[in-house]
Amino acid sequence: MTAGISVQHLTHRFAGAPPVLALDGLSLEVPQGRFAAVVGPSGSGKSTLLRVLAGLLRPSEGRAAVDGHEVIGEPGGVSFMPQRDLLLPWRRVLANATLGAEIAGVPRAEAHERAEVLMERFGLSGFEQAWPSQLSGGMRQRLALLRTFLMPRPVLLLDEPFGALDAITRREMHAWLQEVWRRDGRTVMLVTHDIEEALVLADVVYILSRRPGRLVATIDVPLPRPRTARDTTTPAFVELKARVLDALEGVTPPEEPRAVPSGQRSAP
Amino acid sequence: MAAPPVALIVLLLAAWEVGVRTFAVPGYMLPPPSDVWTAFLEVRSTLPDHIRTTMTEAIVGLGFAIVVGVAFAALVVSIPQLRRAFYPLLVLSQNIPMIVMAPLLVVWFGFGLTPKVLIVALVGFFPIAVATTDGLLRADRDLIELVRGMGAGRWQVLRSVLVPSALPSFFAGLQISATYAVLAAVIGEWVGASSGLGLFITRAQSAFRVDRVLVAVIVIAAVSIAMFAAVHLIARLAMPYRYVSTEGEER
Repeated sequence: MTAGISVQHLTHRFAGAPPVLALDGLSLEVPQGRFAAVVGPSGSGKSTLLRVLAGLLRPSEGRAAVDGHEVIGEPGGVSFMPQRDLLLPWRRVLANATLGAEIAGVPRAEAHERAEVLMERFGLSGFEQAWPSQLSGGMRQRLALLRTFLMPRPVLLLDEPFGALDAITRREMHAWLQEVWRRDGRTVMLVTHDIEEALVLADVVYILSRRPGRLVATIDVPLPRPRTARDTTTPAFVELKARVLDALEGVTPPEEPRAVPSGQRSAP
Repeated sequence: MAAPPVALIVLLLAAWEVGVRTFAVPGYMLPPPSDVWTAFLEVRSTLPDHIRTTMTEAIVGLGFAIVVGVAFAALVVSIPQLRRAFYPLLVLSQNIPMIVMAPLLVVWFGFGLTPKVLIVALVGFFPIAVATTDGLLRADRDLIELVRGMGAGRWQVLRSVLVPSALPSFFAGLQISATYAVLAAVIGEWVGASSGLGLFITRAQSAFRVDRVLVAVIVIAAVSIAMFAAVHLIARLAMPYRYVSTEGEER
């Protein structure tokens, strides 16, 4: 098996009446050290995919491996950042940052030392002894990301990490995440429904269909880095965005016809 | 501001004093506050021993209540089937009138510390058990999944998420238990004891010394408040994050 993320024929059915088919035969490969984005409408099974890779959900069928190791039913093999920032309110900022590293067995002193170095880069220096309740939304999100980066795992899974942030803060975070990732070099899988976010950050974009989630397109993003918000206006970027939109168009059913007041509907 | 309640208390005491003197109420029915103060000065030297006995019973009993209450919560949360089996029993234990239970315990365990400690523990473990169970059950599922995703085992989940999540509820229960602990110890002493505030009250009552009974009532109230304040202080030290003011911070 290859290094990086490997998913083969992943199918998951959530029990219920009727059962919900969330993922249908999804296969994809993310080579080591690459930044992949997964884009799709709500209900395309993006989060389900990440929870399977994180070892938290056993899929109905299929295989998933990280760096050649099976991860199904084996939590702790990857570094997973869920949608909510999920900071522990009873731990100070520094202790929150080192939570994952501590659980992974990194000695406390070493984890603290590494956290102190990253605090600066994550824009959190000076807040080491603050409580999470004293941080702004952007800072909480950066702290959750810092915690994810501090875990000594070969793959990072990010589930809409900037979904709750305003557009300006989000743009700052994009620039900053690219920089952090460039120095870090680990494999990343980012789930998002923001197409520009995916194209600014990723080397490759996977597009999933509406429920059940199937892979409908794989789009490489060969744009030079670092990419900024300015780059979103270049012809190459606009061209890529059009391709993503086309791929999504194919999977998104047209809007349901709205009820039109009688008399206004023109005869066909 | 402490001024309004202090002013009110002074006013009530003055009304009591004036009322009792105006209507010439006999001292064996209701003595005026000045007589209560005199009685306090009389018994000042013997009171500390009684207070020490009662407080020892209350604190040791509370210690048992914590151990049993937390163990109960942990058991019931980790084995859900036990919850249905044990909860009716738990509620039943609170319907046993302590005033009836106390003489029985004295018969079984003698006049020493044991029956009093048992009564305090019986009264005190219920709020702790119920509150802690609730706290453990209400821990954020997403937080548990987060640390599980980090590779945490059962013990690490317990230590890093469940225990800190349940702490506020545990302290809420403990605060109730601590408030009743002194009262429960006094009831235990009432039935039979060689020392303690309960014994002090029994003696004062049989001598028709209402002034001394009132001294004991005030002392019991003060000791209860002290226990409550101590628990509050410990809670503050154990959960500093709950007492952070976020106002005025840039959010």
